[in-house]
Amino acid sequence: MSMLNLRFTIGFLVCLAAVAFTLPAPAQESPYIVTYDHYLEEPGSLEVEYFSTFGTQRQGNDFHAFWMEFEYGATAWWTTEAYFDGQTTFNDSTIFTGFRFENRFRILQREHFINPVLYIEYEQTSGADKILKEVEGHDVEADYAVPNGIARKEHDHELESKLLLSKTFRGWNVAENTIATKNLTGGNPWEFGYAIGASRPLALKASAHRCNLCRENFIAGVEMYGGLGDRYSFGLRDTSHYLAPVLAWNMPSDWTLRLSPGFGLNDNSHRFLLRWGVSREFSSFGDTINRWLGGRKP
Amino acid sequence: MTSQPIRYRLRISGALVLAVVSTLSFAQKGKYDPNRKDVYAELEKAPKKAATRSNPLDHDPDAAAAGANLYDQHCAECHGEFAEGGRKGPSLRADPVHQATPGTLFWILTNGVVRRGMPVWSKLPEPQRWQLISYLKSLNPEPKPSE
Repeated sequence: MSMLNLRFTIGFLVCLAAVAFTLPAPAQESPYIVTYDHYLEEPGSLEVEYFSTFGTQRQGNDFHAFWMEFEYGATAWWTTEAYFDGQTTFNDSTIFTGFRFENRFRILQREHFINPVLYIEYEQTSGADKILKEVEGHDVEADYAVPNGIARKEHDHELESKLLLSKTFRGWNVAENTIATKNLTGGNPWEFGYAIGASRPLALKASAHRCNLCRENFIAGVEMYGGLGDRYSFGLRDTSHYLAPVLAWNMPSDWTLRLSPGFGLNDNSHRFLLRWGVSREFSSFGDTINRWLGGRKP
Repeated sequence: MTSQPIRYRLRISGALVLAVVSTLSFAQKGKYDPNRKDVYAELEKAPKKAATRSNPLDHDPDAAAAGANLYDQHCAECHGEFAEGGRKGPSLRADPVHQATPGTLFWILTNGVVRRGMPVWSKLPEPQRWQLISYLKSLNPEPKPSE
């Protein structure tokens, strides 16, 4: 790591710690990085998220992929989100790799034994995209060994749908996502994938006093995700799979920090993925927009 | 002359901007209207079994204080700092809320009133939801107009 990067990282962590220990009031965000549960963004809230994935690469250079998410609660049953992706491949280059536009719709009004949410996403990315936000079809490690100069020439327009099923019981959240993706360029078949996760806060009761490091502010869990082949070759053959412990710290003032070391489960998978993310929720964003648009005054 | 890729990107950017503006506009259409007579109607819909549940933290001396912290974090934005009601949510000191059983309030908190803009709060662990109910029940009701 260069001196500049080291200074930047230390400075960033110091600022983060300063914010964490000086301001009150944590949010309650899920620890998952790949899996979705059934909880949508609160109406009018904007969550700005930065995520980072460091991945090891056999027969190629390791990489650091990153993305920004802007997640907005349009209503209590609809959350809309835009992503902007990029990556640095070591000894190669840093490039912007595309954008995604995602919508999640809560299907049932109330809580049920299982709570379904419909997820629809359009993505326009290049072949050099490495954020591994989902693994589907026959995605394998070797696909990511192509140099950026060649990979970025491939343009993908994908329609991705997911059925998110989730349940919270006695503090445990269990979520399962079924993924179906269609690349709209060329005659590619539908591809499939999955993600499952389970998590629980370290304490279920809140403390009577405000605190930063209380156990209820931490949520730990595990997620597993991978591809399931495509329409013509459904199954586990030539697919990659990952298992990743996850930890979220719901920090003061609506900041959340997530950390997840992921491990490849077969020879087609990257050996190691280290993911982390930081997010901040702006709960009065909708009100601000409302004022700009000339809405009701409080 | 604009080249084909630039025109394509402009179209995509325009569509994205349009989508964002439409979303924001749609989202701001009134969901909660304080003048509606049925603001508290959802309380009546709690199933009997849920409504008769008692608060397991009734005798926990710290429950209301913890609930007050949770209220500040998750509820004050819509229902007001003192639960007096806000632009996005009704007063929680009003008579219907004050009269409602703990089980009814717990049911509302768990299930939300999604079509009126209140999200489900089952992501808060059950004990934290009961702590919130303890706090709400500790609040003084708002004075009646004649008082």
